[in-house]
Amino acid sequence: MRSPRTTRVLAGVLASALALSACGGAGETGGGGNRSADSAPGVTDDTVVIGTHQPLTGPAAPGYSKISAGARAVYSYLNDAGGINGRRIEYKVEDDAYNPTKTVEVVKKLVLEEQVFAIVGGLGTPTHSKVVEYLNGEGVPDLLVSSGALMWDDPRKSPTTFGYQVDYTREGKIQGKFVKDNFAGKKVAYLYQNDDVGRDTQAGLDRFLTDEVVAREGYDPANTDVNPQLSKFQQAGAEVVVCECIPAFTALSLLAAAKIGYKPQFVLSSIGADPATLKGLVEQFAKQAGADVPGEALLAGVIGTSYLPGPNLTDDPWSTFFREIHDRYAPSEPFTDTMVYGMVQAFTFAQALKAAGRDLTRQKLLDAMTTTSFDGPGLTPFGFSADSHSGYTGAQVIRINADATVTVIQPPHVTDRGDGPVEPHTEERPSPDEVVLTGS
Amino acid sequence: MTSTNTSRPGVAEAPASGGLDRPRTRVVPPLLVHLLAALVALAAVVALTLLTDPFTNLRIATVGYYLVAVAGLALLTGFNGQVSLGHGAFMFIGAYTVALLVLHVPAFPLWADLLLAAVTSGVAGLLAGAAAARLHGPYLAGATLALAVGLPAVTQRFPELLEGSNGLSFTVNSTPDALVGVVPPTRWQAWVVWVAVLLALVVLANLARGRLGRTLRAVRDDEVAASLAGVHVGRTKVLAFLVSAVCGGLAGGLQAFLLGTAAPGSFTPALSLSLLAALVLGGLGSLWGALWGALALVYFQVWTEDFSDLLHLPTNVADNLPLALYGVVLVVVILLFPHGVQGGLHHLRLRLLASRSPRRGVTDRVTDADDPRSEGEA
Repeated sequence: MRSPRTTRVLAGVLASALALSACGGAGETGGGGNRSADSAPGVTDDTVVIGTHQPLTGPAAPGYSKISAGARAVYSYLNDAGGINGRRIEYKVEDDAYNPTKTVEVVKKLVLEEQVFAIVGGLGTPTHSKVVEYLNGEGVPDLLVSSGALMWDDPRKSPTTFGYQVDYTREGKIQGKFVKDNFAGKKVAYLYQNDDVGRDTQAGLDRFLTDEVVAREGYDPANTDVNPQLSKFQQAGAEVVVCECIPAFTALSLLAAAKIGYKPQFVLSSIGADPATLKGLVEQFAKQAGADVPGEALLAGVIGTSYLPGPNLTDDPWSTFFREIHDRYAPSEPFTDTMVYGMVQAFTFAQALKAAGRDLTRQKLLDAMTTTSFDGPGLTPFGFSADSHSGYTGAQVIRINADATVTVIQPPHVTDRGDGPVEPHTEERPSPDEVVLTGS
Repeated sequence: MTSTNTSRPGVAEAPASGGLDRPRTRVVPPLLVHLLAALVALAAVVALTLLTDPFTNLRIATVGYYLVAVAGLALLTGFNGQVSLGHGAFMFIGAYTVALLVLHVPAFPLWADLLLAAVTSGVAGLLAGAAAARLHGPYLAGATLALAVGLPAVTQRFPELLEGSNGLSFTVNSTPDALVGVVPPTRWQAWVVWVAVLLALVVLANLARGRLGRTLRAVRDDEVAASLAGVHVGRTKVLAFLVSAVCGGLAGGLQAFLLGTAAPGSFTPALSLSLLAALVLGGLGSLWGALWGALALVYFQVWTEDFSDLLHLPTNVADNLPLALYGVVLVVVILLFPHGVQGGLHHLRLRLLASRSPRRGVTDRVTDADDPRSEGEA
């Protein structure tokens, strides 16, 4: 008894049932606005649960995997001192391997299963950009995103998302003005990453540098050969090379230049200017290519920007403060700029949590982000206000010395994303002793 | 259609051809049986989603789209013997098709987006298959791997349209107005994913059981014999690629629908390799194997992560332990059950049957064949 016709009809009916069940346009926005932020999941009488997504494995893990280790050290320190407003901070770190698909999964896990109160310091532009809409739709505070992209600063569309690091355009402006003032009349070349990092940094640089720029070359993160770009810079006679690169490509560029006997003044973005990381990478890449290059020699004299009290700023009381936390809570990890990045992030979140008060809701935490003054760790203020959610507003300029220490050659300057001026930031920061978060 | 239900003796079925068929299909047409099985499975999935929390619903849906991808690969690699190391590329095509349609043609309903994702990927599969059908062994594996490595780089070439390495981000509106606020979004998504998955599986199960399935196996086992028997070898191989690419595209489209993202970082060669690993783990040559493989893809990761969290190791070890454990489990399962989980279950069933009817005289034979050592040497 076969009746192909009946079965075909049956299949047709099933198919049209499927069609009818989803007849709205898939791209049309449905109803339902933001969830109420006036709730407090993840908060009990003595704990508050927060989460983050970090690349603990995969291509972005070397370097970046230590950010959460730094943050965890600070939370342990605060918890041992009694917690914030009497609550211990429980810090859940999920590995997304820098894979956007996994980012969406783990963030939904944090929100739906772990019931976190807030997401703090989610790392990466390709990754975090995929969860901003979801987090805002659910009313989850999405604080201190670990990326310098401009998109985190959009208070109208993304009211719960706040930036952290100085954005690429601001940093570009500060670098542009520095080069204009200190290398007047010299020819400049840009090496940029083929994505928003490159695009946004150039927008800032171009506000100060115009005719000086003799060459612009992009690189693709998947192609590790930067010799053609550096050769072009050499032929164009560029004396200053601004490298808007991640650490691996900063190291590759330094090596490529050395190989062809090209000695320009390198100027690096903060994302790729950590001396400890660079030294390791330069030596590793050189070794792979069969050469023995002392990292210090290649790095000596390189100029970069920074905005945090890193391990090399030995005079800074905050640097000392974080070194003490490191020695006590994470002694097995090296104390690097990357680690301080996570430590400052954690400390900043704790400041907002303290300001939100004992009677905690998500809305109160969001309000605290725009009203707290966040005195302390960072070298420049945040841009947080009712109309802006952008992170640090400026940076200082440093030079790497022959012994891998750094010298500050221009104190912190601040600026905006538009055509505002680049001005010195003179306000004194309070010392760690003056910023008391724990105890009552 | 007429040939689907003809007598068995004609063409020898491969021993592991399990599929979804059972002996009683002699009376009822297989398509009907498969459809009914799919309806039962759908009811089971819906019941399961109702019993679990919204996040588990998301995992159930994740199992769904991996299942289609692995099942498609099962047809290509298990039934037809063509190894593809680049199946992630078809998921990439499916995901970007849905993403672009949702963003630029918002009026299209979801089912049309998914259908187009499957069609686009099918066209790509046809092209890839036409080239791949001429290659064997390591050359075929190399060519498909090149596809997985190369294709995501297309996003760098068209940064305006495809947003480069940051990829596309969007929200798919699929819940009917009447259900908004009644059914949690992830639960609804799980239902939609599984309806699509089960429809695809019905088609696959039918193909695997029918004439195509037999020609696929014939070509796998001996190309010369198959062509002497009148099978067009090249055409069969391309067809296998086509069907399998359609499944890959559908899986990618469902993933994009579920997670609202399409980015090159999600479609690395590691994805393609893990699909193949899942298939081998679940059991080659059976659609049931694809189910165990998809479950393993999702839940092994979860369990190994939970396990390594319990140990409180230094970060360098703890971060990488889940991957290492996954590898160990894979090795152990393959050593114990060379035919994957499905092969192991098959043996277990035979053993149970044997112990229940000890007087039927088959006991000795079955226990002999069931001995894991003799199996390992086979």
